[in-house]
Amino acid sequence: MPPAARWKRHTEIINKFCHAKTDKGAFVNIYESLCAITGRDYVSREKEDTYIYSRDSGAEPPRPVDYVVMPGTVEEVQRILLFANEEAIPVTPLGGGFTLSALVVPQKGGIVLDMKRMDKIIEVNELSRYALIEAGVSQASLRAYLKKHHPRLQHSTPEAPPAVTVVGNALIQGHGHITPRYGLTSDMVNGMEVVLPTGEVCRLGSSAVTDSWYTRGPIPDLPGLFIGWFGTTGVVTKLSLKLYPRPQYREVIVFSSDDIDAIPEVIFELTQLDLLEDFFLITQEKPDWMNHIFYVVILSAHFEEELAMKIRIYSDVAKKIGNGKTIKVVENLHPALYKRFLDVPPQAAVAADFRKGGGFQYSAAILSFDKVPACWRKGIEIAHNHGMVASYVHQVLTCHSIMFGFNYSFNRADDKDIAAARQAIDESNRFILETEGMIWKGSSEAQKLIMKKMDPATAMLIEKIKKAMDPRGIMNPGNWEVPR
Amino acid sequence: MKYEDIIHRCFRCGFCKLTDDYEEFNCPPHKKYRLESFSPGGRMWLIRARIKGDVQISERYQQILYSCTLCANCVTHCIFPFKEDLVNIFTAARESLVEEGTLPPAVRDYLKSIQTYGNPYKEPSAKRGDWANGLSVPAYDGQEYLLYIGCVGSYDERARKIARSVALLLKTLNISFGILGAEEICDGNEVRALGETWLFEGLAQRNIEYFKTRNIKKIITLDPHAYNAFTLEYKTLGADLEVYHYTQILAEKTAALADRLKTDPLEVTYHDPCYLGRHNNLYDEPRKILAALPGVKFAEMVANRGNALCCGGGGGNFFSDILGGGKESPARIRVAQAKETGAGIISIACPQCAKMLEDAVKAEDLEDKLAVKDIAELVLSRLETK
Repeated sequence: MPPAARWKRHTEIINKFCHAKTDKGAFVNIYESLCAITGRDYVSREKEDTYIYSRDSGAEPPRPVDYVVMPGTVEEVQRILLFANEEAIPVTPLGGGFTLSALVVPQKGGIVLDMKRMDKIIEVNELSRYALIEAGVSQASLRAYLKKHHPRLQHSTPEAPPAVTVVGNALIQGHGHITPRYGLTSDMVNGMEVVLPTGEVCRLGSSAVTDSWYTRGPIPDLPGLFIGWFGTTGVVTKLSLKLYPRPQYREVIVFSSDDIDAIPEVIFELTQLDLLEDFFLITQEKPDWMNHIFYVVILSAHFEEELAMKIRIYSDVAKKIGNGKTIKVVENLHPALYKRFLDVPPQAAVAADFRKGGGFQYSAAILSFDKVPACWRKGIEIAHNHGMVASYVHQVLTCHSIMFGFNYSFNRADDKDIAAARQAIDESNRFILETEGMIWKGSSEAQKLIMKKMDPATAMLIEKIKKAMDPRGIMNPGNWEVPR
Repeated sequence: MKYEDIIHRCFRCGFCKLTDDYEEFNCPPHKKYRLESFSPGGRMWLIRARIKGDVQISERYQQILYSCTLCANCVTHCIFPFKEDLVNIFTAARESLVEEGTLPPAVRDYLKSIQTYGNPYKEPSAKRGDWANGLSVPAYDGQEYLLYIGCVGSYDERARKIARSVALLLKTLNISFGILGAEEICDGNEVRALGETWLFEGLAQRNIEYFKTRNIKKIITLDPHAYNAFTLEYKTLGADLEVYHYTQILAEKTAALADRLKTDPLEVTYHDPCYLGRHNNLYDEPRKILAALPGVKFAEMVANRGNALCCGGGGGNFFSDILGGGKESPARIRVAQAKETGAGIISIACPQCAKMLEDAVKAEDLEDKLAVKDIAELVLSRLETK
């Protein structure tokens, strides 16, 4: 449908919906109104359902939810937002719901908009290498779809469990297994369809001008109004994501070291080659053989000779760093680790059972490489102070920064342990900011710390943008709020 | 409640909802309702919330617990060490509802029928053997095997036809077997699945005693649900039985019929019943039978073996229908998956799956394109009459 016709159609829906309402201020049955939009099967106010949506798998305390709604179409999303805007009901859009920092657990109640019914892979353009997907498409389903229908292409898959959504990962500025080569998932966004809190449906990127979704520019960069905003500016219903060549051969090469201070140099040298697919750093205090710094480099290639060459080059580079004394190649990698490193997605969630407690949360810092040693030491100190065994998985994002995870496993059945994890997270967040790092997907408390430290003019700009886009403040309120 | 010491360990990461390649959501209630509360993780967290007193028993809580088909997809795909106990945890949560007397009406009625009539159909025991009328199937009298039919095969019209086919085939293959007819007692698999442990143990003990009295050592079951109860549960109660599902017997014998089987082309797919497949790891035998049928081209569904989607009848839902029908019901999705193979026949090896899928074929308006046949019916239909 051409842009003008689309606009007309959306305006008709807005007008029809608004005019259908009776006297303003009259009692409105929210539940019945929502049922009238999506059908009764996809609205719930049952305590059992809202209980699950009022908490996530991290250590954040639960917060009440009034309604869960599962829209099936963009028109339904539009009508829900129009209704919520009219009645000033908070709306929190939810993808996989697995940020672990409770970003999509409402802070002020209202509606959780679970997008998982909108799970169509609308188009894969092989030649222009992009996929147009709905907001509820899971990482796993896109990966499986590409493997089956477009085996030469891949998208960047995060370490998160496979049921999480692609769009969610992009909107929280997440990263995936090809981030070191191609950038953050949010950098891979070509365009979006979004529903504004006031009901308008907009297309961003080339789809605003053409019927194709192959590029984000060159027009004003509007996707940025929805990336990193945690759903406070609107609901993304479709997203065009860049796809990349999928090499046939993959291998992992692991280096180990005990020199924390050498980490920045090692990362710099290993990323200087620009040949790696993925790159992460791990350690674990127990068992003893894991208590080292492991540099895990994933290499991929289209030809066996190419892969062999890359392996050889990385082995040679290791010999040059610190005259060959800083890192050494790990020979005879344990088969379980070998699999874990090469699996896409890896089963990283098992970390939640390290202490047989079902709980895991991490405070994620986006750091420049020079800040890693200080954070490495501090993370261990915080873990020990709270009686925990330290463990890390950090992913090098591009050749410019690293996602440094302060990881804390906890026992969900032990309130004191949960409180300790929260305290550890808070201490980590404060240290990140003190160290000139940035907190990634920060919880409500972390956001308060960030906003407090933020340049007041920037905070004012955020506030102005939010006000302009969401005049009644219905979208995931409580996030990115300027402290008074 | 049992398993209280591990239930908090669920991280709700969601691997349990998926297939091996993570391509499809494969948990029947979650697939239908899509709400996280209907996923295995959601159920785990709610059971724990109930233990802690954060949620109370309600109609919704009952619906969430009893719409689970105990299909064990979660057991197969969970990544945590406690995965083997997931179905046991869900069953234990149902047990606690039974203990408190707070059951959904459909479950209560089912259990009451078993207690009163010995079967869920409220039919007299005397009619239990009527399925065999006119077949000259011998009563059990020391033959090598007991052919155990179960409630569904004994009373349900569709399932009776399957029971007859199995009996006829066993006769054709000269297997030494007999049936109990009116003396057969419900195996209790669904009773246990619905959480009535006390009643289940009573039924199991009666069966075990009866089998001992009659010196029954080897049993062939028609129904994978009975096979499950006899192999996994009765053994823990002291039974000493050699139990086979009829497909295990046929798998060894079908080749002997080779020169009597039709050879005209036929395309067939196969639906793995959960109580044969995921619960008891019997995946190859039905496929071996199909492979032994000349002219039959086997078309595997994408979701097969451990990834097969449950028909929606497991965990007592065949009787309680708490999961319910509708376009997003697992049976209708499964039928659509079967249609994708291009096969004209969905073969099954379970009378409950047969009924569920046959209803779904009708609901999907595919009756002229897709037939549901039990493997025994299929083999029988391929036998040349002499």
